[in-house]
Amino acid sequence: MKKKEEEIIENQDVEIKLLIEALYLKYGYDFRNYSQAHLKRRILNRFQISGLNSITEMTYKAIYDPAFTDQLLMDLSITVTEMFRDPSFYKALRQSVLPVLRTYPRVTVWHAGCASGEEVYSMAIMLKEEGLLHKTQIYATDFNPVILRNAKKAQYPISRIKEFTVSYQKAGGKRSFSDYYTADDETALLHESLKKNVVFANHNLVTDSVFAEMNLVICRNVLIYFNKQLQDRVIELFMESLPGGGFLCLGSKENLQFSVHYNAFEPVVNQERIYIKKYL
Amino acid sequence: MGAKKKYQAVVIGSSAGGLNALKVIFGELDKRFQLPVVIVQHMSPDADNYLASFLDGMKKIRVKEADEKEIPTGGFAYIAPPNYHLLMEKDCSFTLTVGERVNYARPSIDVLFETAAEAYGDGLIGIILTGANNDGSHGLKKIKEMGGLTIVQDPEESESVSMPRSAIETVNPDHVFKLKEIAKFLNSFI
Repeated sequence: MKKKEEEIIENQDVEIKLLIEALYLKYGYDFRNYSQAHLKRRILNRFQISGLNSITEMTYKAIYDPAFTDQLLMDLSITVTEMFRDPSFYKALRQSVLPVLRTYPRVTVWHAGCASGEEVYSMAIMLKEEGLLHKTQIYATDFNPVILRNAKKAQYPISRIKEFTVSYQKAGGKRSFSDYYTADDETALLHESLKKNVVFANHNLVTDSVFAEMNLVICRNVLIYFNKQLQDRVIELFMESLPGGGFLCLGSKENLQFSVHYNAFEPVVNQERIYIKKYL
Repeated sequence: MGAKKKYQAVVIGSSAGGLNALKVIFGELDKRFQLPVVIVQHMSPDADNYLASFLDGMKKIRVKEADEKEIPTGGFAYIAPPNYHLLMEKDCSFTLTVGERVNYARPSIDVLFETAAEAYGDGLIGIILTGANNDGSHGLKKIKEMGGLTIVQDPEESESVSMPRSAIETVNPDHVFKLKEIAKFLNSFI
């Protein structure tokens, strides 16, 4: 019986590899260096909902049915995020990074892997409260076109506002969170002024290169999905985007310590994974 | 008892009442216990690492939060960090994700158990403790299907009964034990 189970898993893994390969060959979406356990869970989840007979049928559909591919991309993307996720991080950013940025004539910020935009707008609110937003250009990028469209709308279910408000306050927000949105029964629409300095753009960390010099790069809870080799590639990308003294912020469970580029950075607030690129 | 040698790791899932239950198990666990232990305890998203430092303070095996890409080793227990799912890769390394909640939980017991079952195959021991939902039942079932060993805390002494009851109904586990029996059983692997 055990043997049979092992063979089922072996076959599944082959089929999943072929599906991932098809997404790459057909669309250039490269998940080949993502966590295999993550991909497998998401693909099997979609398989169960789809009513299809095999993962190989999913591969066929992924090649010929664009709507199905969009769905699959949503499944495999990292779409779960919230405003002021990890409030202590935002607090540390406000205290340790923004005072430095304030001394610059212009500021550029890159939110890499911005998903549906919650963290981008959190940053915009904070920059606004610190009097920096007017001179800041935020680039918010993701490889998933569907999710970028959602991010641009700046519209979130009203059910999430309570949680966002609590986090905003914990993050050291200076006003009332309701100053930043207009709500109806179902949705909260963030104010236009928060979007003005944000450019949403398609960029794939796995396959695309550097596009501008940044003072601050924020990429949180994206690297955890990548294998070591891809993590190093992406950190190199950030390293090339940052001048000496530029800031890099990672997720609370992401650490530069094991990166081959560790020596290029030093921690500013180690606990919150805020790093500065060393001057040469 | 020769068959016992094959086990390589232990996974534990607990929810409401879990802290007390883990305290009892760790209180009885022998310092020389050498299988890596990986634990999902449901907790609030902004919890700190209290559980890891508390259990570590019991001076049995070392206890820490699981780090991404870390490979669990003997003499250590690893706790899934709050607000992340903990997955295991085929090479037995950890992956942390911020994916959607599963069974209303992040970390979810099912997510750890199902991926650990594939990583360790029949070398895994899965344990479900007290809890007020049914997270972990599917994962425990997968462990059994892969030839691993399944244990559920006796609902009679569980602070919350639904999680162990659900696991017993879904899986028909190898053992239904009280907490002290679980510890004694684990100690028999030394």
